[in-house]
Amino acid sequence: MNKFAQLGADIAKLWLKYGGSYLSGIKNTLILALVGTVIGCLIGFICGILNTIPYNKNDNPIKRFFLALIRIVIRVYVEVFRGTPMVLQAVFLYYGLPYFTNNSVKFSSVWAAAIVVVSINTGAYMAESVRGGIISVDPGQTEGAKAIGMTHVQTMVNVILPQALRNIMPQIGNNFIINVKDTSVMFIIGFPDFFAAHRAAVGASYLYFPSATVEMAGYLTMTLAASLLLRWAEKKMDGNSSYELVQEDQLVMTAGTYSYPSRHSPFDEQNKEYDQTGKGKVN
Amino acid sequence: MEQQILQVKHLSKSFGKQEVLKDIDFTVNQGDVISIIGASGSGKSTLLRCINLLETPNSGEILFHGTNMAGRGANAASYRAKVGMVFQSFNLFNNMTVLENCIVGQVKVLKRNRDDAQKRALEFLGKVGMAPYINAKPRQISGGQKQRVAIARALAMDPEVLLFDEPTSALDPEMVGEVLSVMRGIAADGMTMLVVTHEMAFARDVSNRVVYMADGVICEQGTPDQIFSAPQQERTEEFLSRFHNG
Repeated sequence: MNKFAQLGADIAKLWLKYGGSYLSGIKNTLILALVGTVIGCLIGFICGILNTIPYNKNDNPIKRFFLALIRIVIRVYVEVFRGTPMVLQAVFLYYGLPYFTNNSVKFSSVWAAAIVVVSINTGAYMAESVRGGIISVDPGQTEGAKAIGMTHVQTMVNVILPQALRNIMPQIGNNFIINVKDTSVMFIIGFPDFFAAHRAAVGASYLYFPSATVEMAGYLTMTLAASLLLRWAEKKMDGNSSYELVQEDQLVMTAGTYSYPSRHSPFDEQNKEYDQTGKGKVN
Repeated sequence: MEQQILQVKHLSKSFGKQEVLKDIDFTVNQGDVISIIGASGSGKSTLLRCINLLETPNSGEILFHGTNMAGRGANAASYRAKVGMVFQSFNLFNNMTVLENCIVGQVKVLKRNRDDAQKRALEFLGKVGMAPYINAKPRQISGGQKQRVAIARALAMDPEVLLFDEPTSALDPEMVGEVLSVMRGIAADGMTMLVVTHEMAFARDVSNRVVYMADGVICEQGTPDQIFSAPQQERTEEFLSRFHNG
């Protein structure tokens, strides 16, 4: 039991000294995960649209060549960034750019580097998710849109992607939660996230386990909050399960509706009936 | 004065080795109501889908006011805006309300302003008897209601021709009537219509021309009287005998 008391005391000690850096770490982690997921989703959606532009043998060869090229480029992008660890991608870009350009091209801050890495990494996953989302929408929806004269982009933006977005909401949520946790690897380029706060705290205090406990609780709180938020967003997207009839004629609108009189008012039919039969009060 | 809107010339379509349409020729004039009948698999639906370029024909021409739409460089989207289509499976946009379904095409494709589009959508939704349901989502209404909305959506685009691909085949028997009566109304208003259907009574009573298709060719065409009372081909007679006896 006194071990727990000691843990509590250690955590209190840590929090007193490093509370500010833990909290700013949480803030940075959330911002990075959120921005990275949003930009990653945008990349995914753009890849999804480009990937599904239809072409057939009646189109001119240049258009066909470009569309085929786009698909190959997206394929390579997805395979490379999905197939390598994010921690290495961060090192590769952050140190690789100045290495190859003799310091003329480099990231101005670790923030820019971290956001770019998380975004393109998420984008690679989302490109596949969006592709799946688009496939899952009934092909009849595309035909319906085409039949009223919509172009490919109009069809995608107005009809297919809103439905695909709803279908892949759970995956977007997945990606966001993974990003909350996996941005912890960004300490490698010196990004001040929640996990970096842990490294700084234990480096000075050697309280490894108490700090790890703080981290566990912190990450779990963030991901649980994210889960709740996403569920709420999904419900919001589904909209009302009922609809209201619209009648021009107001009499038709109100006919058949009956607002019940409040209990024990003179108009309460039920109350009267019970009183007449002498059964007394309604329970 | 009859004016040709659509002219299909030597149209062929195959899926792999399966030849579905073989050298089809026919024309659609202003104000025509043409019923295309025939057994399942005879190529009726494919013909309609080729006309709307939802399928790419292998060869042949589809002339719309004299311009070939099946060739290279034709603008399929702007052509489709003028040729409406009603599907067997409705294909209403699931992410929009009934009203929104009828507005989106007008605003995005025809670039009408929202108020005009809404007025027009309400007018046609009223015509098909769906005005009270404008706030409903497609999943909340019945099949017959969906199809009526789909018809209103197509009409709101002011098409020159309206194609119907078995509009009542996916409906319960009691819902077929409400859709057919809407279609009769549209035909009476003078809309040029091309209807692939199994509703022989509709073909006989409403259309001015009936096309009988079998095995990817137009076997016979003529006025409803000619086709239903005095078919020239043995196959037409055989196909219709089921309808006459039933």
